[in-house]
Amino acid sequence: MLQIIGLHASINGKEILKGIDLTVNPGEIHAIMGPNGSGKSTLASILAGREDYEVTAGTVLFNGKDVFEMSPEERSREGLFLAFQYPVEIPGVSTANFLKTAVNEVRKHRGMEPLDAMDFLTLMREKAKLVEMDSSFFSRSLNEGFSGGEKKRNEIFQMAMLEPTLSILDETDSGLDIDALRIVSEGVNKLKSSSNSTIVITHYQRLLNYIVPDVVHVLYKGRIMKTGGKELALELEERGYDWIKTESEETV
Amino acid sequence: MSTEVDVLEQHIQSEYKYGFVSDIEQEVAPKGLSEDVIRMISSKKNEPEWMLEYRLKAYRHWLTMEEPQWSNVNFPQIDFNDISYYAAPKKKVNPKSLDEVDPELRATFEKLGISLAEQERLTGVAVDAVLDSVSVATTFRDSLAKVGVIFCSMSEAIAEHGELVRKFLGSVVPYSDNYYSALNSAVFSDGSFCYIPKGVRCPMELSTYFRINAKDTGQFERTLIVAEEGAYVSYLEGCTAPMRDENQLHAAVVEIVANKNAEVKYSTVQNWYPGDKDGKGGIYNFVTKRGICAGDNSKISWTQVETGSAITWKYPSVILKGDYSIGEFYSVAVTNNMQQADTGTKMLHVGKNTKSRIVSKGISAGKSQNSYRGQVRVNRNAENARNFSQCDSLLIGDKCGAHTFPYIDVLNNTAQVEHEATTSKIGEDILFYCNQRGISTEDAVAMIINGYAKEVLNQLPMEFAVEAQKLLAISLEGSVG
Repeated sequence: MLQIIGLHASINGKEILKGIDLTVNPGEIHAIMGPNGSGKSTLASILAGREDYEVTAGTVLFNGKDVFEMSPEERSREGLFLAFQYPVEIPGVSTANFLKTAVNEVRKHRGMEPLDAMDFLTLMREKAKLVEMDSSFFSRSLNEGFSGGEKKRNEIFQMAMLEPTLSILDETDSGLDIDALRIVSEGVNKLKSSSNSTIVITHYQRLLNYIVPDVVHVLYKGRIMKTGGKELALELEERGYDWIKTESEETV
Repeated sequence: MSTEVDVLEQHIQSEYKYGFVSDIEQEVAPKGLSEDVIRMISSKKNEPEWMLEYRLKAYRHWLTMEEPQWSNVNFPQIDFNDISYYAAPKKKVNPKSLDEVDPELRATFEKLGISLAEQERLTGVAVDAVLDSVSVATTFRDSLAKVGVIFCSMSEAIAEHGELVRKFLGSVVPYSDNYYSALNSAVFSDGSFCYIPKGVRCPMELSTYFRINAKDTGQFERTLIVAEEGAYVSYLEGCTAPMRDENQLHAAVVEIVANKNAEVKYSTVQNWYPGDKDGKGGIYNFVTKRGICAGDNSKISWTQVETGSAITWKYPSVILKGDYSIGEFYSVAVTNNMQQADTGTKMLHVGKNTKSRIVSKGISAGKSQNSYRGQVRVNRNAENARNFSQCDSLLIGDKCGAHTFPYIDVLNNTAQVEHEATTSKIGEDILFYCNQRGISTEDAVAMIINGYAKEVLNQLPMEFAVEAQKLLAISLEGSVG
């Protein structure tokens, strides 16, 4: 599914990622944890194709294809989805119109006919249930005036609509209250299958009570310092990140 | 940040799609303006004495005036003696059907995608096509005549309906109104005349395509629309011009009269050559458009989609004279590259219980400057006047500018005047978000601006709305990375 080999990246000459190696197989859920400024969101942005960063070394293969050869929209159409930490508001463009454009682009890429208005509406209604989203949101401008929780739910709703093979959730739990966290997590779990994969980026262990990872990585200062099973997350919860920092300094 | 700028920079390049000159023999007046030139124009057109007198009075007044300097646009001084004030196709054309139209001209329209034949057959719209100054094809005249609607070129109207023209010409925009209206009144070449008699609902949308086609020839269109008591008409005007290096001056005058219970909807899709990406060439569009709601319960509605011209300078206005009359102004103005637009409206409340509504959507890209300038004036006796204004600006990239100059003068304290304004920006964040959902940057921009301009586009008749949507996308092609 996804192979990251020796990835180095910097912004304005400052190196943020200092050699990341990571393999995600179909059906797996990986969690990437780490303190602020460790490079988690940078990694997500680079995978999705944001141009602010300069990749200085390394390769990323998505379903065997070099992602750096693909534009952000091509990556999306190939099945890579990023749930944004800060979803943007687009005034004047309804959620329905936005998603219809997006879904039909993906369908075109997959050699499928575009959905007509009726089929599309049916699909939206069905998928909206996954995140308990009210259909009144369809006609509202995308994310405009949405609460933080509604925006995050909308991200998962879009993920459901686009049916990606690899989803990267960038701190989807931040700013969510406990009910919203449950709804969002349940949505993600329902969308899980043996053929798609998820990378969950988070500070906190609590999201991982709901979305149970197969593998947990700890990112610190641009490197993956530790990889383990879901129990690693619990250990971090208990001991904080300091012991990792100490370990890393000892290694260096 | 620097990447964003580079990417935007690199993509701000879009070529004008309709740049070509059609090769039709033309008769062009020598450059320069004098009483002799005006007499020549008038005699070429076999005009009656009163028309010549009107032109000469306007010309003499124009000589006493100075070019206005107050707008937020910059351009080199215009040499009014370096312009030819009259051009007509040499061949005598007076076609009864499209078959009689010069094939070269037909081909020009085909290239523009405005096939008259197709228009006639598919849309049922009567088209009065103006190539430079003389009308060359008029359709559907007969079926309009059956209900008493007069729709013809201004020259024909002066010849055949002289009294009507004489009664209304200059009644809304006097020649002394401003520098360009004076110039237009002196030298106007042709245009459209539309008269809807009492109680008649015009059975079809009326539309005119304007096109500038002669080198160095200023165009001075004159349009007059009169809706008598209880009449209704929807009038469409759309235009596009060939690519060219010299700047071309266009100073049109449009006058609308709506009598008691009458309604006039005037829609414009304007796509003249805006100049190249360095701002070279392009049309100067200095237009005076004004309507008067002369009778009670009358209504005038202006809708404009402005994407072309190097400089746009126009303020379609409404004088709300009749009690309970309504004035509306819906505008989308797009500027890209080096374009400049200073546009807006004036709503002058004179009658009681008059209402006006202004919705202005500016879109600026490239290094362009886009200004909204509007005036709402409520006179002393205009009891219970109401106005609602909304002025939104959308910026694409960080080298363009948006400006708003709203003037509000209220002399009657029963008035309710509301003004809302917003500014938003299509930034890298929004575009990246769209990209991440599989939507290309071009499609994202088209989607966002069409959403943004929806309220105005909805005012256009269906066929035009679709055309206008495409036009917005084309105008901003390549404006972002």
